[in-house]
Amino acid sequence: MQPLFLNRYAIASSAAIGLEATVQAIKNMRSGLAPCNFETVRLDTFAGQIAEPRLAPVRTDLAPFDCRNNRLAQLCLRQDSFEEGVIGAREKYGPARVGVFMGTSTSGILETELAYRRRDADGMLPRDFPYATTHNTFSIAWFVQSYFALAGPAMTISTACSSSAKAFGNAARMIEAGLCDAAVVGGVDSLCLTTLYGFNSLGLLSPVACRPFDGERNGISIGEGAGMVLLEKIPSPSIPNPVALLGIGESSDAYHMSSPHPEGLGARIAMEGALSNAGLKPGMVDYINLHGTGTRSNDATEGKAVCDVFGNDVPCSSTKGWTGHTLGACGAIEAIICALAIERGFMPGSANTRALDATIPVHYLLTSRSEPIEVAMTNAFGFGGTNCSLVLGRVSA
Amino acid sequence: MKLFVESAAVLAPGLTGWADSRAVLAGEQEYQPAPFVAPAAELLPAVERRRTGSTVKLALAAGQQALSSAGRSADSVATVFVSSGNDGDVINDICTTLAGSDRQVSPTRFHNSVHNAPSGYWGIAAHSQHPSTSLCAFDWSFSIGLLEAATQLQVERTEVLLIAYDIPYPMPFAGIRRIEHPFGTALLMTRHCTERSIAGLAIELDQSPKPPSVMVDAMLESLRIGNPCARALPLLAALARAQSATITLQRNAGQTMSISVRGKTPGTEVQPA
Repeated sequence: MQPLFLNRYAIASSAAIGLEATVQAIKNMRSGLAPCNFETVRLDTFAGQIAEPRLAPVRTDLAPFDCRNNRLAQLCLRQDSFEEGVIGAREKYGPARVGVFMGTSTSGILETELAYRRRDADGMLPRDFPYATTHNTFSIAWFVQSYFALAGPAMTISTACSSSAKAFGNAARMIEAGLCDAAVVGGVDSLCLTTLYGFNSLGLLSPVACRPFDGERNGISIGEGAGMVLLEKIPSPSIPNPVALLGIGESSDAYHMSSPHPEGLGARIAMEGALSNAGLKPGMVDYINLHGTGTRSNDATEGKAVCDVFGNDVPCSSTKGWTGHTLGACGAIEAIICALAIERGFMPGSANTRALDATIPVHYLLTSRSEPIEVAMTNAFGFGGTNCSLVLGRVSA
Repeated sequence: MKLFVESAAVLAPGLTGWADSRAVLAGEQEYQPAPFVAPAAELLPAVERRRTGSTVKLALAAGQQALSSAGRSADSVATVFVSSGNDGDVINDICTTLAGSDRQVSPTRFHNSVHNAPSGYWGIAAHSQHPSTSLCAFDWSFSIGLLEAATQLQVERTEVLLIAYDIPYPMPFAGIRRIEHPFGTALLMTRHCTERSIAGLAIELDQSPKPPSVMVDAMLESLRIGNPCARALPLLAALARAQSATITLQRNAGQTMSISVRGKTPGTEVQPA
């Protein structure tokens, strides 16, 4: 594919809000996970929750969009001059030439969960909550488009935990087809009862902070977070040598709704597809940000797929020990962590992971270290057997 | 963006498949609304079929119908799934459970709650490892799905199956989100003209918004406005008539897109629209 430049990006997770704080949290091995005390949830698990005071109501002219998920999106949009970047693109290309591609798993479903507690004597829901602009899956893309007064193609990609990785593919295709010149690509998922109790019902919540690739790993920690990227065909003149999206690979497992293919077949197809799309060989990748959720089967099958494609030499790690599993947002968040790693020359380790699973022979990093990276890959896999891998790196002059 | 259509499927009250509905959509026969008969998801293995609800069954049946008409196998195409929101039955059930004192969510309900559940079941049923995406743009979901499928054909694939589906929400959810009746449709689209092509399409984003196309028949028009995915009806009608036409569909943010349709007349090649 034609490289697309990450001219601006922004991040908000329980580990840190903002780019510099995220780098410091990773370098100093400071995790954002804590015992879950979200809303009325009583579950023996850890969660990556963003402090309530940080989630300010959305801009008053966008009041119908006000919900936890869009508040989190707004928090992210307001970091690291991201807003200025998008406004600049709108002025440069025109509002109709900037697309919006957002990934989410549950959007603002918390609003509907709370509304069900307020049903009247006839069992009817209160009519005062704006379902379309809060809970509906499109709400997040609609909100971001309205926030910047854009008029290009806008969509929400909702493929569970691969959502915002795949959003880069939708954006890249629309840009290549000539329908937009720039795209706001991102992912946002916020804590809600559906995912906490849902993953609990599947027996996948860890009672401790998640430990990806640890021999004693026992499940995920759910986190909330947002990642936003301004993607353009041409590099920003104000940023020297910005990181670019070099390749995308997508596949389906065709195996099971909530378990990965035991041989990691779909994951392998996605990684090989991303490399081939980028025109790179496996040996040219310096670091892999794994999906690494911390469940027994996910990490084992991903490790197998990584070995099949790369052998066992390429340094890799999961950053979910910092952020928790941010579900539909993890693709964008981890693409941004890769971009930071390339720009600032470090490889993330793995928060909370203590002793590696000896049966997974990958070159897994426990602690963060300074080291230059030219090319990074990030993986995102989800329910329904959906897989996506992204390759990011510098465009050689 | 130019592309070709090999087949179309439609499932709605009184519209039980393309072959049976073509004359109605073309305006040659009167539309007779009839109770909707839920399609069997024949593609799914029995064990998976028991786990799926009406939304998944409608999506799979629409996709399967379009593939059969085109004479293609299910494992041969990439897919784009669109609907205007969650599976209402599943979300209603989960939210009711979560509002109670015992919050034991069913694990099957939970994995069925993801927007890409139909895509996941499709992959399993079709044994397809091709990429699949699941999109939402509220009431404009069909047009954004069509746009996505068209860009896939433009830049990376030679065939794409678009599947669009929405079913009514149960009470009390229906009190806040009204969908009047089920509607499912699918289009098998190709980059190049094939011997099976029934029409050529050219899609353009309008610089300034145009009035959206409507159905002439009042009952078909109420079908169109009663379900977000039924906004496809004017395009399906143009495909059924097999004549040249231009259709306008609404997108979000008050924008529209225009689709020039060039149908196949007997004994001729399909020309690009």
